[in-house]
Amino acid sequence: MISIEQLCKVYQTKDRKIIGVDNVTMTVEKGEIFGIVGYSGAGKSTLLRCINILERPTSGKVTLDGIDLLSLSPKELRTARQSIGMIFQGFHLAISKTVLENVAFALKASKVARAERKRRALELLDLVGLSDKANQYPAQLSGGQKQRVSIARALANNPKMLLCDEATSALDPNTTQSILKLLKKINRELGLTIVLITHEMEVVKEICNRCAVMEEGRIVEEGKTYDMFAHPQNALTKRFIQTVLDFNLPKELLERSKGTIVHMKFTGEIAGESVVSDLLQNYDVRGNILHGKVDYIQNKALGTFVIELTGEDKEVQQAIESVNEKVEVEVLPHDRSIHHSAAGAE
Amino acid sequence: MIDQFITLLPELNKSFLETLVMVGIGLIVALIAGLPLGLLLFVTDRDLFLENKWVKSVTGVIVNLVRSVPFIILLVFLFPFTNFLVGTTTGPVAASVSLSVAAIPFYARIVEASARDIDRGVIEAAIACGASPWLIIKDIIFPEIKSGLISGLTITAISLIGYSAMAGAIGGGGIGDLAIRYGYYRYDNFVMFTTVILLIVLVQVIQYAGDFLAKYVKKG
Repeated sequence: MISIEQLCKVYQTKDRKIIGVDNVTMTVEKGEIFGIVGYSGAGKSTLLRCINILERPTSGKVTLDGIDLLSLSPKELRTARQSIGMIFQGFHLAISKTVLENVAFALKASKVARAERKRRALELLDLVGLSDKANQYPAQLSGGQKQRVSIARALANNPKMLLCDEATSALDPNTTQSILKLLKKINRELGLTIVLITHEMEVVKEICNRCAVMEEGRIVEEGKTYDMFAHPQNALTKRFIQTVLDFNLPKELLERSKGTIVHMKFTGEIAGESVVSDLLQNYDVRGNILHGKVDYIQNKALGTFVIELTGEDKEVQQAIESVNEKVEVEVLPHDRSIHHSAAGAE
Repeated sequence: MIDQFITLLPELNKSFLETLVMVGIGLIVALIAGLPLGLLLFVTDRDLFLENKWVKSVTGVIVNLVRSVPFIILLVFLFPFTNFLVGTTTGPVAASVSLSVAAIPFYARIVEASARDIDRGVIEAAIACGASPWLIIKDIIFPEIKSGLISGLTITAISLIGYSAMAGAIGGGGIGDLAIRYGYYRYDNFVMFTTVILLIVLVQVIQYAGDFLAKYVKKG
């Protein structure tokens, strides 16, 4: 679908070079929802804007369905852009145009006839659930509604893909959820490929099939969303995962507990099995759950439990070994305060 | 006093019309030439869709050049040009040549400034839609600054009324000319006051009408 090869974007100011995107290579497949995560200034927005050449890369290649976007003439590029919809954090609607006119503008850009523009725009407003607001002005709408209008505008020319530039970052949690649902819906129903950038791991967890983590213009880790959550490799990825899945225990609790604290991670099918109760039944140990949660990422369960096991050292050891094959077990070392901080408590 | 006014009336009428002609022509030219010039200054600016350093700086320098010449000097300086264009250097039509030349860059800068107030994101979204530069100017920039364009025209009109008095002083006619001829050369305070009141009323009316229109076209 879209492939980015060795893309670099360098800003030249008077006295120094600022690297926005540093040698990024990535591919997004058709029908996928791909998330790019990073802190502000990581270069994710620049990378996204290089996909539809809102920002011209300093070097590298951007290919959409085999077409090299950087080799196109301005006119050809405009046509290509019509097959790439884009929505923004700030919605960017023309305030002097009605909702209908804002959507119809995109159709005007692709030279659709007037009557057809209106029909199609109304159809799109229906899709995003705003048919009754067609003649209102953006100032009369809430943030979520404005974002729906901009989604309708972005979809106007039946694009192959949709770029989302922090599309939910200015919205409250409820509205974010409804916009994400809408994005999921259009991904499913229209088979639209979506590339989104965000600093909220929650968004990625909610809708992305795959994701990449960016830092200082580079992609530091990339993979299926589930795998990223289950087995994050990079320190930054771990930090981001932790914003959603935080299993750090209060220091006081760690100091008080006398048993062995075990951190178990259940991935995939195993999350449905009764591993913990088997363990407690088969060995002479007592278990005390300190923390635990099962998350569903891409409809796959990811369970994490922190259990304090007490009993004879030998029994505890055997109990841990018995589950070691099935789940990922990590025994917290005795000097817990060190581990606690090493786990990334901030 | 009434008698005085009645005697003055024909001349007052004539001067008033002359002022309207001068300012009117100036405004129309400002709109025809200044508006595109202002948009050109805007769209060729850095990071905009028709970014062009050369066009931007050359246009900018020319605009500043005209704007930095005091109007009364510009007026005299343009006499040969006026003569070439309308065949004379006196009368309201001749005066409107210099007024127009002054009004174009004046209005252009106002247009540029109001265009700068547009949220750049809106323009960016239009680019992302694949819209052509002309469509963006016509369908995004123009409607977004419509209200500012009218306010700018109001400001230009009022400045032109001021300038027209100077043009009047060196043979252009108009209310300013009347005030100088009677008020200054003949110490006729009655005419002086009448013209000043007339100018005040004219400016108020223009300002009021401009504000009303600007508000009327502003939607959303």
